[in-house]
Amino acid sequence: MTTFKTTLAALAASTMIAGTAFAGGHGAKLSGDLVIFSDMSNPAPRAVMEGMVERFGEMHPDLNIELTVIDREAYKTQIRNFLSANPPDVANWYAANRMRPFVSAGLFEDVSDLWAEDEFANLASTKGAMTIDGAQWGVPYTYYQWGVYYREDIYNDLGLEEPTTWDEEKANCQTLLDNGIKCYTIGTKFLWTAGGWFDYLNMRTNGYDFHAALTAGEESWLSSPVRETFENWRELIDMGAFIDDHQTYSWQEALPFMLRGEAAAYLMGNFSVAQFRDGGLTDDQLDFYQFPTITPGIAKAEDAPTDTFHIPSGAQNKEAAREFLRFVVSAENQTLINNGDNLGQLPVNAASSVDNDEFLQQGFEMLSSNSPGGVAQFFDRDASAEMASVAMQGFQEFMVFPDNLDDILQRLEATRIRLNGN
Amino acid sequence: MFPTPIEKTSRSWQLTYQGLLPLALITWLLPLIAVAIFSVKPSGDFTMGNYWGAPSSFEGIVNYTRVFTDSDMPRYLFNSVFITVPTVLGCVALSAMTGFALGIYRFRSNLFVFFLFVAGNFVPFQILMIPVRDLTLDLGLYDTKTGLVLFHIAFQTGFCTLFMRNFIRALPMELIEAARVEGVREWRIFWFVVLPLMKPALAAMAVLVFTFIWNDYFWAVVLTQGPESQPVTAGITSFNAQYGVAYNMLSAGSIIAALPPVMMFFLMQKHFIAGLTLGAVK
Amino acid sequence: MDRTIARKSWYRRNEIAVTPWLFLAPGVLFFLVYVISPIFQSFHLSLFEWNGLGGENNAAKFVGLRNYEELMTDSAFEVSLINNVKWLVLYLLAIPAGLFIALFLNQTVTGIRLYKSLFFFPFVISQIVVGLVFTWFYDPRFGLLNEILGWVGLGPVNMLGDPDLVTYGIIFAGLWPQTAYCMILYLTGLNAVDPEQIEAGRLDGAKGWRMLWHVILPQLKPATFIAFVVTIIGALRSFDLISIMTNGGPFGQSRVLSFYMFEKALSEYGFRMGYGAAIAVVLFLIMLIFISYFLWSMYREERGH
Repeated sequence: MTTFKTTLAALAASTMIAGTAFAGGHGAKLSGDLVIFSDMSNPAPRAVMEGMVERFGEMHPDLNIELTVIDREAYKTQIRNFLSANPPDVANWYAANRMRPFVSAGLFEDVSDLWAEDEFANLASTKGAMTIDGAQWGVPYTYYQWGVYYREDIYNDLGLEEPTTWDEEKANCQTLLDNGIKCYTIGTKFLWTAGGWFDYLNMRTNGYDFHAALTAGEESWLSSPVRETFENWRELIDMGAFIDDHQTYSWQEALPFMLRGEAAAYLMGNFSVAQFRDGGLTDDQLDFYQFPTITPGIAKAEDAPTDTFHIPSGAQNKEAAREFLRFVVSAENQTLINNGDNLGQLPVNAASSVDNDEFLQQGFEMLSSNSPGGVAQFFDRDASAEMASVAMQGFQEFMVFPDNLDDILQRLEATRIRLNGN
Repeated sequence: MFPTPIEKTSRSWQLTYQGLLPLALITWLLPLIAVAIFSVKPSGDFTMGNYWGAPSSFEGIVNYTRVFTDSDMPRYLFNSVFITVPTVLGCVALSAMTGFALGIYRFRSNLFVFFLFVAGNFVPFQILMIPVRDLTLDLGLYDTKTGLVLFHIAFQTGFCTLFMRNFIRALPMELIEAARVEGVREWRIFWFVVLPLMKPALAAMAVLVFTFIWNDYFWAVVLTQGPESQPVTAGITSFNAQYGVAYNMLSAGSIIAALPPVMMFFLMQKHFIAGLTLGAVK
Repeated sequence: MDRTIARKSWYRRNEIAVTPWLFLAPGVLFFLVYVISPIFQSFHLSLFEWNGLGGENNAAKFVGLRNYEELMTDSAFEVSLINNVKWLVLYLLAIPAGLFIALFLNQTVTGIRLYKSLFFFPFVISQIVVGLVFTWFYDPRFGLLNEILGWVGLGPVNMLGDPDLVTYGIIFAGLWPQTAYCMILYLTGLNAVDPEQIEAGRLDGAKGWRMLWHVILPQLKPATFIAFVVTIIGALRSFDLISIMTNGGPFGQSRVLSFYMFEKALSEYGFRMGYGAAIAVVLFLIMLIFISYFLWSMYREERGH
């Protein structure tokens, strides 16, 4: 509760600064209603969203902004309804293939004109992820790294170091297991966490290009590179590296294993840091490392999901919506909303500054200089919706019954062929 | 009476029975008792692994207060009320009329219409899901309480008609005949003769529909989307997302969400049971 | 003036014939729009491929019976169908279980009314809450189930994480409120059992089981019929519990048709309205067998009147 209050205070304070900074920006006087639907429903993102609305509102006093915050999970199924039934002027969503159904349905507005403006040059890193059929369909406001968050204190006690190769990784894991500690916690009830493991294992085993082709449906799930990925995964499973019963837990329910020291690490997105800290881990106990190399010589690539804003094509006030998108991507705003007191993530705008937070700095460093292979969004954003659903279910099954692999891969390939042809 | 009344059995069985009753009840309600205990525990108990021991301190008031102050729960509760009450009224009104028409009058398609209601009431929701969603979207009622209420009224009318019609069938027809002989108009017969006799049936339907609608989850998910209009059942799932592994909060939230129908049941037990048995088991 | 009189008198003359239709109109209209016609629309939609998104370039595409052909080879559909059968069969256990509890509680000791109410309690609570409660009951780490199994030296089991057990675990949770429902039906039914017949049975030397089977149960037939109807419907509608307890998992092994249909059509990754409709049609056809039976029973009853 106290953190929430300080966040608000910080926002209120920064409102003044940002307000003046923007006063001279795009001068058009905006009026009417601006309806925003947002999925930023967790406490910190919610405060960020409300803060943005407040600041934007002060810049445009004649504009009446209506913000509706919808539960993040519920939003995923409901966006399709409101986009056609009662489209807002601005809506949250995700980059890459995850936006394809709405783009090809003509439900998102083409915002290539915005991307042609000068300020947007600073967003070049995500332009690809926002592009479908040669046009851009939204703007990014934040992204975050994935990687291995681990109990530094446990590693120190056992004399372990951050692994950089697959062999070191397994050796560390064996030491942990010998001391009665699981190497990784994970909760696969909602499947996507297993998608993260597959992304990393496949990108490290076969490289970014193969991974991109596979998620795009251009490579066979029966190919030998895919099998190698699963063989590597199986090594960990057979060691007993993952916690038991992970198929019953959500990702949050899997956290306590690490908080209590029953498991030493978690392959997760950076949004988990707040949860670790809330759970009582200090920065001395918690650290981060990049997923180690598996196949030597393959350029490292990372998952860094980008969250976005879009204008539904049925929006009523597109002028104000475009202005809001300009506001969202501006360097000042992205610096503010992504800092440690707010989202605690990485700004997309290259002119923004990254918060001093240990994990954000490491993540930023990793993504900007140590991810030469490329940056993927995430399995369920890169693959098509139906493929993602069938595949992630298969990953979960594999993690529980690795012997079912042949059967699982046959199913995935059948789905791929049905969706993409050969 | 069957089984043999306990007074007429051996002393030892009487005592066993008296002892067995509370034991059976506790076993039966064990899952609920667990939730009730969860809801008064401090969150520390869960991180310490003290799930089933006594609460290390009593935090009931804090937990329950937080449900109301730190979440959208109050809004969800209000939504539930504003969805449930209009549905109950609309549905009772419509089915009193259909029940009257089908129960009193003999016309050729009477049984056909009646069976249409009954059959419709039995269909799996899923066959209606996509068309009803599209219809609600087209009417501009998606994500409104009204959209949900209209569907609920329509669907529950099937069930209520079944009940009302059977109830009216059992009324003495002589009363109605007598009124007709005196030249009383049909709608006045409905209003002044039949409706007063139907009070118990109306009450039974009201409490039952209240419970059904309050507990509905499926349609809430299909037709509404946020704290603006979603009822408390759907609210619990986002409450779930918000509180993750805070079992004490989840328990307190669940108990609050479950309370209104429980109170309804205890206050109106007789009517409730009459409704559940469809009036067919007397 | 003349015309109003004429109209009035026409209404007067036909009052008995017209009134029922006036009274039926609003209810029937609602029911036709929201229940009857959607059934046919779903049949229609099941012949199309449609992603459910609005917009001009998203018209539904006619594919004939292809959705149904795909169902035949869809292993997830097969799993759902088998699980539905499990639900149908095992859910019926609520009937004998309800009867058993009703017999146990059909006494007149002090406080029995309160006991009956409290036993009925689970039915009044939302399935969402029941689902949450049982999820914790089964939790592999701290669940009460494993605690209890531990006392007798068994377990631990991960009920909701084991593909072979998960459906039974959810059905068991569903049986809890459903048994309460059946119990109340039988309690009411037992009240109406004719005491003279019991006496007559006693004189014939019938006791215990024989009495129950030959004298009591025949008289409970109406209660049993309703219990059967509501239990079958409940079994085929099972959605809330699965959605809250496992979300269909692990790896889809606890799906039933109603859940799979929702998943395919409207869930996070589901965009296939036509395919979903086809699943719903299959579910409806299964239900139709039972609906026909119910209606036929009711029809015989009606004619008997």
